[in-house]
Amino acid sequence: MIRINCPYCGERDHSEFSYGGDATINYPSLDASEKEWTEAIFFRKNIKGFQFETWHHSNGCRMWLVVERSTVTHEIKSVKPCHPDLQKVVENNK
Amino acid sequence: MKTRRIDNYGKINRDKILSFSWDKKNYKGFEGDTLASALLANNIGIVGRSFKYHRPRGIFSSGVEESGALVTIGSKDRRDPNVRATTQELYNGLEASGQNAFPNVNFDLAGINNYLGRFFAAGFYYKTFMGIPPLEWGKGTAIWMFFEKFIRKAAGMGSASGLPDPDTYEHAHDFCDLIVVGSGPAGVAAAIEAAEKKLDVILVEQDSLIGGNQLAENDFDNSQIKNQLENLGIKIMTRTTAFGLYDNCVVGLLERVTDHISAPNVNIPRQRFWTIRAKHIIVGAGAIERHIAFNNNDIPGVMTVNASKHYLNRYGVLTGKRIVIATNNDSVYETANQLSEAGANVTVLDSRTNFEIETNKSFEIRKGYVPYNINGSKKIHSLDISKSETINKSETIDCDQVLLSGGWSPAVHLLSHRGVKPKWDYNNACFLPSDKKENITMVGSSRGLWNKNDCIASGIAGTTDALNRLGISKTNYFFPKPGGWKNPIQPLYEVKYKKSRSKSFVDYQHDVTTDDVRLAHREGFISVEHLKRYTTLGMANDQGKMGNIIGLSLMAELLNKEIPEVGTTVFRPPYTPVSIGALSGRNVGKHFRPLRVTPMHQWNIDHGAKMIEVGLYQRPWYYPKENETLSDSYIREASTVRKTVGICDITSLGKIAIQGPDSTEFLNRIYSNSFSKLQVGKARYGIMLRDDGIVMDDGTSWRLAENEYFMTTSTGEAAKVMSWLEELLQTRWTDLNVNVTSVSEQWAGVSVAGPKSREVLNNCVDDSLVVTNNNLPFMGVTSTFLKGNIPCRIARISFSGELAFEVYVKSDFANTMMDLIWENAKKYDGCLYGLEALGALRVEKGHVTAAELDGRVTIDDAGLSKMASTKKSYIGSAMRKRGVLKNNDREILVGFFPTNLKETFNAGTIVCEKNNIKGQGIGRITSVTYSPELGHWIGLGFVKGGLDKWKDTNLVGADPVRNKQMNLKVVSPHMIDPKGERMYA
Repeated sequence: MIRINCPYCGERDHSEFSYGGDATINYPSLDASEKEWTEAIFFRKNIKGFQFETWHHSNGCRMWLVVERSTVTHEIKSVKPCHPDLQKVVENNK
Repeated sequence: MKTRRIDNYGKINRDKILSFSWDKKNYKGFEGDTLASALLANNIGIVGRSFKYHRPRGIFSSGVEESGALVTIGSKDRRDPNVRATTQELYNGLEASGQNAFPNVNFDLAGINNYLGRFFAAGFYYKTFMGIPPLEWGKGTAIWMFFEKFIRKAAGMGSASGLPDPDTYEHAHDFCDLIVVGSGPAGVAAAIEAAEKKLDVILVEQDSLIGGNQLAENDFDNSQIKNQLENLGIKIMTRTTAFGLYDNCVVGLLERVTDHISAPNVNIPRQRFWTIRAKHIIVGAGAIERHIAFNNNDIPGVMTVNASKHYLNRYGVLTGKRIVIATNNDSVYETANQLSEAGANVTVLDSRTNFEIETNKSFEIRKGYVPYNINGSKKIHSLDISKSETINKSETIDCDQVLLSGGWSPAVHLLSHRGVKPKWDYNNACFLPSDKKENITMVGSSRGLWNKNDCIASGIAGTTDALNRLGISKTNYFFPKPGGWKNPIQPLYEVKYKKSRSKSFVDYQHDVTTDDVRLAHREGFISVEHLKRYTTLGMANDQGKMGNIIGLSLMAELLNKEIPEVGTTVFRPPYTPVSIGALSGRNVGKHFRPLRVTPMHQWNIDHGAKMIEVGLYQRPWYYPKENETLSDSYIREASTVRKTVGICDITSLGKIAIQGPDSTEFLNRIYSNSFSKLQVGKARYGIMLRDDGIVMDDGTSWRLAENEYFMTTSTGEAAKVMSWLEELLQTRWTDLNVNVTSVSEQWAGVSVAGPKSREVLNNCVDDSLVVTNNNLPFMGVTSTFLKGNIPCRIARISFSGELAFEVYVKSDFANTMMDLIWENAKKYDGCLYGLEALGALRVEKGHVTAAELDGRVTIDDAGLSKMASTKKSYIGSAMRKRGVLKNNDREILVGFFPTNLKETFNAGTIVCEKNNIKGQGIGRITSVTYSPELGHWIGLGFVKGGLDKWKDTNLVGADPVRNKQMNLKVVSPHMIDPKGERMYA
């Protein structure tokens, strides 16, 4: 069972969270071309090792998180809020 | 019948006699017995019939590795098949019976299979019942399907009751610093060491008593250990199996709470499924003794040596009078001493020639001898033995029991669950656990330590390892080296003996013989994973706990390789079987999934609603009067709405509060249509697309104030939309100053629809001016009060196509609102209407729901192109015209009439061209209803090219599932009041 250390709620089972997707994608602006959007939403790397991915604490504080997780061992290196302002709050409270 | 119970032995409570039944006959046992020990004490030798050959089988072991004594416990709805008699504790009134036999295990008609053995070799069924080539080429599957049910009946285990399980099960959770699996000397030493170092410790033991294999020692008393563990505050969980290890030090446990009690308290669960989150795991799961493959090595009376020791010292049962022990290692001699002291005539055959061992000299040791054949069928008469080098010069020993020890296999299963392959140890002829980076430490004989002092030392070392890894200490430690016998083991897996129709069993569970392994090799199934699947070696209840290594060694020999080169299959959870009941816990019956009800749920039921599940919600389906059927009722309800007025609970719609200075910009980005010019006090219907341009959901958003909106979503998509909005705001558009809050539970909603709806509402609101056409025009929104000073929100929104309003109040006022509106609706001959009528009304109007917006449909497909703004960019705007979505033969929303208006059709009907009725056709019908207004059946759906292409063509609706076919006419989806004059009235 994956355990995710939510910066707001503490360490919880993955069953409280919903998986989002690749956290490294820079979504193009809404008026960007079909080609740019195609790149952003259809092409994914299949990483063996650590990757950044989004998780939603859907049965908790409902924060969207960036989780750095190994696709091989499920080891989690870091968890932080997606929203930069929330990141700052978490940093300041450390 | 003579008892095998002997005085002065065992830890059973002879003052407490328990009666039980075996195959409907009554017997006696003692408190502390297992079913197996009680059967042995009562001299019952045959307890089962083998899987394939229906050979008589006895009790092979005293633990979880048992594959012979699989029996059925209980009766009727509490019938539990394939229970290991060796781990089933005896209780008063226990009912047990043999299985896989007719009429019984003593005399089984299917025993004939034993003599047809050559036909039942591995792969026989698949080869034979796939059809006879070349006559039946291509028909194999059908032939297999026909024969399969007979094959399954002939080969098998016990059968389930087929009735609902009357017992309850429970899920439980716990946390600890250290969990220790196994209460043998190693586990106990580890637990004590850890508790003394202030760790929070859970000690898990699958047996009813702690002690591990020490329970087989005649002078062992666990009471002192138990006190010590309890005084240290260690949580001891007996009758609890650690069946699996998972990521992040999570351990799955199965606690058998009442399986040993004759009349359990109905208020406690039968079994408890535990999820333990630990910081470190120590596994001292012990080792399992192996048998040896030779001809007839499965005759009742064959047992492992250690099992016999258990039965003697724990249960006071001497399992044989004239016992031959066959071995290749030192572990048997203490047992031989004790069996002989207890009065048995013992002979030890040791395959080794050069070794020294101390014994009490009360029995004969035949050095360099091995067994090669047992004589007997239902019990052992004698054993043929030979010098180990040459199996021909035979000698026969009269005996009634043969005890086997082909070496010991450390229980590395739990570590294997974490993906760690064990490594082969030549010196000890067994697989040993490899290192694992995770916080798991193996101790005791599960790391190949054969004597008690080494096990204790390893337990303490294991805890030191745990403390170091947890950063609590930095202490050097070392584990004793594997082994511990005075003389080395001599590998011995099989004694070959060439005789026609011989059967040497490798794996008792599925009747896998040495010949089956050789056949697999001849036919090319040489990888261990193929070997397993072809022969079923290592499958089913015991998962090859005794036989796997023997099979691997045979394959290694055939391939001229060493065992480590052949490898081993991966052990997966569970270590021992886990009942489905325990897995589901309390999530059964009506608790299978959560149930959501609206605040006026009881009001609806009290007013005659029949309910239907939509997603998780219970919604009113229809409100039948006296003898009305579903169709009578919904047709009446829908007609009433069109004639006068109807009211309907719409609380299940998702409701989201959107607040903040950038709310308008936010809505403008997520909806395909523009929200920038929506005035305060107005609502707008909007469509959301996904990133890839497909429709996600539709709903309305009401502008309550400059920076405040109230959004409704469809019932089924509410959670998804909420997560989506949060994702956008937290990950993509972090500069937007918007807050979203789910308020679905906070507001109760009702739709008041029909030409008289304004009159009804007029009587319900405090200020009758608020709902006039001027003050509340179509899509107008107002916050006002219902009579009785109840704050409410009203929007003039229509799903039915009639003049209609949605009224929301705080959930607490739901019943008051319903009473008030219903009182007034009755004055206009109004009705309550449910989901079925709601569906009829919206299909007539061509309004789409989840049945149409199924995740494959674009905004153009749904005929809503006008809703796609060309003046702004929004989510999905770049992609909605991509590639295939541009094709002009896409399926477009249309309405359907049956050509013959008297005919009916169903949702799911495939739309085809005449003379070309096949495959997926050119479209599909997604929703149907009887239209009270039009007086015949109508449908909504999709057809390639849409209305323009087919409006004058007769099409065919094919419904092969229901064996129906009808002619269809394609019409506009707006089947009633296409200009919407009624809504604007």
